[in-house]
Amino acid sequence: MSTETKPDIDIDRSVGDFRYDVDYAFDAGVGLSEATIDYICDVKGDPDWVRAFRKEGYRKFLEKPMPTHWATKDLENIVFENIRYYLSQGQVPKRSWDDVPEDVKRTFERLGIPEQERKFLAGVEAQFDSEAAYSNIKAAVGEQGVIFVGSAEGLKEHPEIFRKWFGKVIPSGDNKFSALNSAVFSGGSFIYVPPGVKVSHPLQAYFRINAQNFGQFERTLIIADEGAELTYMEGCTAPKFETATLHSAVVELVAMKGAKIQYITVQNWSSNVFNLVTKRGIAHENAEVKWIDCNIGSRLTMKYPGVVMKEKGARGEVVSIALAGNGQHQDTGAKMIHAADNTTSNIISKSISLGSGRSTYRGMVHVPKHLKGCKNNTECDALLINTHSRTDTYPAISVRGQGNAVQHEASVSQINSEQIFYMQQRGLSEAAAMSLAVNGFVNDLVQQFPMEYSVELKRLIDLEMEGSVG
Amino acid sequence: MSAPATSTLSIRDLHASIGEKPILKGLSLEIPKGEVHAIMGKNGAGKSTLAKIMAGHPDYTVTSGDVLLDGESILGMEPDVRARLGLFLAFQYPMEIPGVTIANFIRAALQARLPQGEELEATEYYAKLYAKMDALSVPRNFTSRSVNEGFSGGEKKRCEILQMAMLEPSYAVLDETDSGLDIDALKIVSAGVNALRGPNIGMLVITHYQRLLDYIVPDKVHVMSDGRIIHSGDKELALKLEAQGYDWVEKEYADAQSAL
Repeated sequence: MSTETKPDIDIDRSVGDFRYDVDYAFDAGVGLSEATIDYICDVKGDPDWVRAFRKEGYRKFLEKPMPTHWATKDLENIVFENIRYYLSQGQVPKRSWDDVPEDVKRTFERLGIPEQERKFLAGVEAQFDSEAAYSNIKAAVGEQGVIFVGSAEGLKEHPEIFRKWFGKVIPSGDNKFSALNSAVFSGGSFIYVPPGVKVSHPLQAYFRINAQNFGQFERTLIIADEGAELTYMEGCTAPKFETATLHSAVVELVAMKGAKIQYITVQNWSSNVFNLVTKRGIAHENAEVKWIDCNIGSRLTMKYPGVVMKEKGARGEVVSIALAGNGQHQDTGAKMIHAADNTTSNIISKSISLGSGRSTYRGMVHVPKHLKGCKNNTECDALLINTHSRTDTYPAISVRGQGNAVQHEASVSQINSEQIFYMQQRGLSEAAAMSLAVNGFVNDLVQQFPMEYSVELKRLIDLEMEGSVG
Repeated sequence: MSAPATSTLSIRDLHASIGEKPILKGLSLEIPKGEVHAIMGKNGAGKSTLAKIMAGHPDYTVTSGDVLLDGESILGMEPDVRARLGLFLAFQYPMEIPGVTIANFIRAALQARLPQGEELEATEYYAKLYAKMDALSVPRNFTSRSVNEGFSGGEKKRCEILQMAMLEPSYAVLDETDSGLDIDALKIVSAGVNALRGPNIGMLVITHYQRLLDYIVPDKVHVMSDGRIIHSGDKELALKLEAQGYDWVEKEYADAQSAL
């Protein structure tokens, strides 16, 4: 195996599209059965309650039909028997990059993770296939009592906090893919921020799929105790394989009274990844959960981050950008469940469909009859770039009772040829003109991202646009 | 005396159509650097179409003739290539670009003129931008507004002239720059255009009101009708057209044609 890094070999235009060969010490093989789950439990040394939880998830996964009665038929192209459900080099994440095996480390170095960590992050977890290869937080953050570890370590070392919330925000049977994740989950983060602690720099997780025919099923649980605040960012890439890859995560957030959690995703999976993710947060009294979700990659993404506003004064927000290029389907949206008085939710979604790309917005806003003083604002704007691109909007807003206010605005626009001509007349190439128009369309949302991510986002959009014109 | 071919914008016997419909029917014009020419004509004479065809608008097909910029044919070039060669069109109806600020737009346009790998120097850029804005009486907060979005007619035209000032073209076509302007805005825009006049730029001002030519005084005036230039003269011609209309020129042209 070659160990030298030649930056120009085997790279497509996408920064994540490269792959180094890696030896896996643990491999659950192909296909899913009770035996696969036992293998995962044994390798990970799961306690009995986790084994039982996994088995129950497996049962529910088998019971539940594919949601093709409302979602795309493309889901039928996932062949569960051909997927590898667990692959790792070892189960214990390293605290120092020096201890991370060379073949894995150079992948993350090439993706710029250690550099970002030094520059602006409070902590990093880097997951390679099934397990985190690296996990560390800055000493100052750890000293405040902040816990930032992998999910396996979380459930073993901090069961008193972990068990209380694990699988409670998103029950394993919530949907077919949350059930699958419950059966075979591995990796992901466990974060606990003690009362009143405000983590000023973001914590970041980076998810990397390296193996072909592999399914990544990380599980993240974040708890911000009373008055605590944190920002969590996740990024993800995979090389382009010949066959489809599955990523199916479950992310649960718990914001206790007055806490604030901001969860940022920049999803850039390669274009044959099925990305089927369940994300939900619970906001207690006067707490705030905000999802900033950006989907650029994958073949099919289905993801509707949700907030359950459980106690009065809670706020939920979803800010979403989706870019569906040729052959991609971004099926995204938001779920806002108002379960107490004076709760407020806000959904802003912008999607861009290019070429044969398709974007779908599904939104659910639920305000039951007995509540008062609840407010929802939903704005969804779609931009179409070529005539055969497609966008659909399925808002489902159910608001009962008096004294609740909802507002829904939707728009569909196109970049017209006169705009492009105008920009070209100023000297911009057609691709640069498109890129500028698209960046303009999402500009107000991109500004909500931390600087480092908004620069990256702009670059990713430019790359997509370059590929789309010609 | 005609200028050497290397420093003129030259339109030679240009024929163009949209779909099956001929719009330009053998139009010829020479605009040397250092001069300002005006094209006047009735609505529907093809004036704005001429501007778009020169800039390379994809809706129009050139069927014969040529357009030479400093001796080089620009027909067949993409609109952005023509622009980078030095051709600027101030639009009659400038397009809105939501979410893209004027500062970023002009910056991107300048960046597009630099060789690959070279970055525009931000401090110098802003210094120049602010100086040009001051000269055009454009308020500073203009730079953070989206291009043409929610602009008044006067703001749109000033924005066009600001872009022209920043991009420093060698030839500029001003398409009905006076339309939608009140007299104060007209004065400001005209002053902006006059400030850019000089030996390194040739301008073609398209208008159907003589009013604009009181402020931007042309070296030559051409009358366009039915896709051709039917009469040319000095700046006095504009006054005569204002007083007597276009019928006499069209009649003279028709008589001359039938006499051939």
